[in-house]
Amino acid sequence: MNILSLFVLIPVLMILFLFLSKEMKTIRTIMVAGASALLAVTAVLIVVFLKERAANPDAEMLLVQSWTWYKPLNIAMTLGVDGISVVMIALSSIIVFTGVFSSWNMNMAKEFFLWYCLLTIGVFGFFITIDLFSMFMFYEVALIPMYLLIGLWGTGKKEYSAMKLTLMLMGGSAFLMIGIIGIYFASGATTFNLLEIANNLHIPIEQQRWIFPATFLGFGVLGALFPFHTWSPDGHAAAPTSVSMLHAGVLMKLGGYGCFRVAIYLMPEAAHELGWIFLILTGISVVYGAFSAVVQTDLKYINAYSSVSHCGLVLFAILMLNQTAMTGAVMQMLSHGLMTALFFALIGLIYGRTHTRDIREMGGLMKIMPFASVCYVIAGLASLGLPGLSGFVAEMTIFVGAFQNTGVFYTVLTIVACCSIVITAVYILRTVGKILYGPIQDTHHIGLPDAAWYEKVSAVGLIVAIVFMGFYPFGISNIISESVLPIITKLSTVI
Amino acid sequence: MEYSILILITPFVLFLFLGLVGGKLKPNLAGIIGTLGMGFCSVLAYSIAYQYFFVIGKTADTWQSVIPFSFEWLRFTELLHIDLGILLDPISVMMLVVITTVSLMVHIYSLGYMHGEDGFQRYYAFLSLFSFSMLGLVVATNIFQMYIFWELVGVSSYSLIGFYYQKPSAVRASKKAFIVTRFADLGFLVGILILSYYTKTFDFAALTANNAELVTTSFAGGTFMGLSLVSWALALIFMGGAGKSAMFPLHIWLPDAMEGPTPVSALIHAATMVVAGVFLVARLFPVYIFGAPEVLTMIAYIGAFTALFAAVIAITQTDIKRVLAFSTISQIAYMMAALGVSGYGDHDGLGYMSSMFHLFTHAFFKALLFLGAGSVIHAVHSNEMKDMGGLHKYMKITSITFFIACLAIAGIPPFSGFFSKDEILAAAFHNQPLIFWTLWVVAGLTAFYMFRLYFGVFFNGKRDYHHKPHESGFTMALPLIILAVFSIFTGFIPFSEYISSDGKPFDMHIDMTVATLSVVAAIVGIAVAYVLYFKDSEKPAMLANRFKGLYTLSINKFYLDEVWLFVTKKVIFNCISRPIAWFDKQVIDGTMDNIANVTQKVSHRVRFLQSGHTQRYIAFFVMGAILIAIAVFIFV
Repeated sequence: MNILSLFVLIPVLMILFLFLSKEMKTIRTIMVAGASALLAVTAVLIVVFLKERAANPDAEMLLVQSWTWYKPLNIAMTLGVDGISVVMIALSSIIVFTGVFSSWNMNMAKEFFLWYCLLTIGVFGFFITIDLFSMFMFYEVALIPMYLLIGLWGTGKKEYSAMKLTLMLMGGSAFLMIGIIGIYFASGATTFNLLEIANNLHIPIEQQRWIFPATFLGFGVLGALFPFHTWSPDGHAAAPTSVSMLHAGVLMKLGGYGCFRVAIYLMPEAAHELGWIFLILTGISVVYGAFSAVVQTDLKYINAYSSVSHCGLVLFAILMLNQTAMTGAVMQMLSHGLMTALFFALIGLIYGRTHTRDIREMGGLMKIMPFASVCYVIAGLASLGLPGLSGFVAEMTIFVGAFQNTGVFYTVLTIVACCSIVITAVYILRTVGKILYGPIQDTHHIGLPDAAWYEKVSAVGLIVAIVFMGFYPFGISNIISESVLPIITKLSTVI
Repeated sequence: MEYSILILITPFVLFLFLGLVGGKLKPNLAGIIGTLGMGFCSVLAYSIAYQYFFVIGKTADTWQSVIPFSFEWLRFTELLHIDLGILLDPISVMMLVVITTVSLMVHIYSLGYMHGEDGFQRYYAFLSLFSFSMLGLVVATNIFQMYIFWELVGVSSYSLIGFYYQKPSAVRASKKAFIVTRFADLGFLVGILILSYYTKTFDFAALTANNAELVTTSFAGGTFMGLSLVSWALALIFMGGAGKSAMFPLHIWLPDAMEGPTPVSALIHAATMVVAGVFLVARLFPVYIFGAPEVLTMIAYIGAFTALFAAVIAITQTDIKRVLAFSTISQIAYMMAALGVSGYGDHDGLGYMSSMFHLFTHAFFKALLFLGAGSVIHAVHSNEMKDMGGLHKYMKITSITFFIACLAIAGIPPFSGFFSKDEILAAAFHNQPLIFWTLWVVAGLTAFYMFRLYFGVFFNGKRDYHHKPHESGFTMALPLIILAVFSIFTGFIPFSEYISSDGKPFDMHIDMTVATLSVVAAIVGIAVAYVLYFKDSEKPAMLANRFKGLYTLSINKFYLDEVWLFVTKKVIFNCISRPIAWFDKQVIDGTMDNIANVTQKVSHRVRFLQSGHTQRYIAFFVMGAILIAIAVFIFV
């Protein structure tokens, strides 16, 4: 049995047990046990992966295994991972784990966690499979629960936001499906397997010209590509804490990962030819998201626009089509996932106590909730790229990588993207200054309790990961850049 | 020399320790642990300095760079990678001594000054973080390592300026400091990117080797807006330095940074962090002089202008710490100007040497001035000069040490400032007369405003104090005395033996013309201050009235803070961000909503087609069939 299948099996088991359980205590036990098991399996996976990697340094994908589902259409389920998927799996399991602790006191906990587990299945399934059909299937599995999780457990304009988010993402997946069918037929209708299409088959350039934009756009919507990002602020604002964490932390990464693995990997010629259009859009995303965040007054909106900016940087780096920038893109996915999850966990914590997310109604929280406030500052510093935390290494890898491309177009775009480091500082420090520092704004806030133990577990877990990445980037960066290499080689052969 | 890594590890461990468990310790214990740790660092720094300067540093009559420790931290490409390591050469070893000494003094002083403050442990944790970052900055082996620690000193400075975080002005000041310097760092980053793109290295040694051969040969000769690319890269890197070192017009954050506790101002905003920009240019000096001499000339003029500009403002300020802040800006600009007028090699490199010399002496007497000011503030509980006066009687130690520092900064022999300032003036005198005369005027102004401050605070009649001011305790007096000793004697160090632009020692001597001119300027400045401020009189007010225009401009700091507010509030907030947010909500999101609405409307319209009435379906069917039949009849 393949270790990868455990990532789907464990959440399935969790769902079964949840069905049988009634009491809050059992539900929590199941969730904590399951999430811990996922973390443990991730640790084992990393060790196994590194060993396998040392044994077959030339293999593109490791732990590959395939089951045929439906022979006439060549539908099979194929598992396999490389360094990038391992990193994404690690990110997902960290966030699933901390998310459980951040939703400790949920209404209708059983139903909530059922959908939560289903979402988990979708996310892990997407990262462990390497054939288009299963990827798309898991992608959809991850999207659907989102509608219910936001629509039922959300706050504010939850029905509107849930509907908007689902419809826009579904619109994206419609493009994606067309793209996938296009890839299947253009490559000769023999397989959905990514590796086989990439290495043995060839999609004619005429076909690539329309399939590339369709798939890139389809995944790009999920990666908050300008101008299809507007589901993100409303969706995040309405979603309950752990759903925001999982959504911004992991689900948005499906977009970047998909662009990378499907759009660019399978259609390198079109990526060279048409990449510039999307590059401009992502450049806009980076600066535009940051500027929009400056004037927001709702904490979740600030963070959602900041995500638009940071995820814009992911797609931006991917489209630079060189090894350093792409490595940076994956690191940025990891880094953004961790810090945005931390942000949402803390915003949920603060909102749970003050019952407001409006920064104008808060002030001096550092005095009231020192623990939560310090964590918030750390998240902010990670977001504005302080060395020693995860954001810095990711952004610098991207900037240095992007700058290696020759041509005024790339240089100018990189400098524009660099400007985001200043704007980010503006909105982060504005928020921190308003809500944490200064005199206490609302006397009702005096005496509010600081983080409870389960919230501390969640925050500390994420901070440890952020600091680990900030201090030990070379290990992570090596794993990623080795796995980026096949794509780069492919890209360079087509010019 | 492997033990030199301890000089970074110690403060970092202290930071972690005090930051994580400091809250559980007794405040005094945390302070003492921090201070002992810093004391250990100072011992290390002095032993490294001894080892370097007297044992291993010089071979073949040239100071060598020693890298006792280095490892690869993050690899970007085959050639570009960030290493973290320790580079020992004359200027970095000198900086180690400066930083650890001043930092130790500030640690000791704060035991008294910050006693009983809320967050005492946090304060020491951040002091350790700052010391770590600053030490890491000066020993950087490559420009990216410097950038990393550059950001870290920025954030420690942010945390310490905003130490009194419940005070809105402190929060504003910390935010401003961070954002202004971040903006400058953007230039620094882009500069690094351009430089590394062409030279394929971040390494200082590779960049500066053989008269910066790599830089002069690798740039393909492209130009942009009339300046060569190498000039652009170096000018942008200088922009980073100008932000940290508060060069006009990026100086606006420094006066506000005085919101932080006074010992912090002494350490970060007077002696160490603010000279990082000077250090950066000095570190890349061969690159500047061989790669882009026109940028160096620009630096000289910016430096000279900033020196004058800040000195003019310092004259009218009434907040004791702001006077010192503008004085710091002015003195750092002096160092910049000195680098700008410098040549390379032997006696031509006088500007370079004198800049480093002034950096060294200035660190001690300016830290002393700030700590003295802190002692005064501690006694009278106010920053305003109008609440002070006649303090000499009550605070003898503070008064005398402050006096020594004033003499040093004014450039009166034999105090340390005289020697370093004289060398700067001499370097300018032989290269750029305009800059020389500007700096000469600044020297006079410096003497004037410092003694205006000194006389105004310690003499100038009597005030009625509610509580009788008294001399500060031992922990605060000791650092004052030690720094006073440094301020007197550091001028006698034969600096050119140790530090020179090309690493080869040369002879320096006092240029009598320049020395006379500068001493005359200083004495005139002091004399004028004596006449105006030694006794309480109407004369200053009369003068202010006489030059009303200039006076208003100066006291309002030439309205640059208003420009800053305009740019942030009006331009960025109201003219860029708000329209973008509006556009996002109304246009982009509006379009998406409209698509949904139109879809809904259309489905409402076509809904009746699926009514479920069989008769209607049959009617449609028949009508459709007839229409098709007609169409077939007509077209076929």
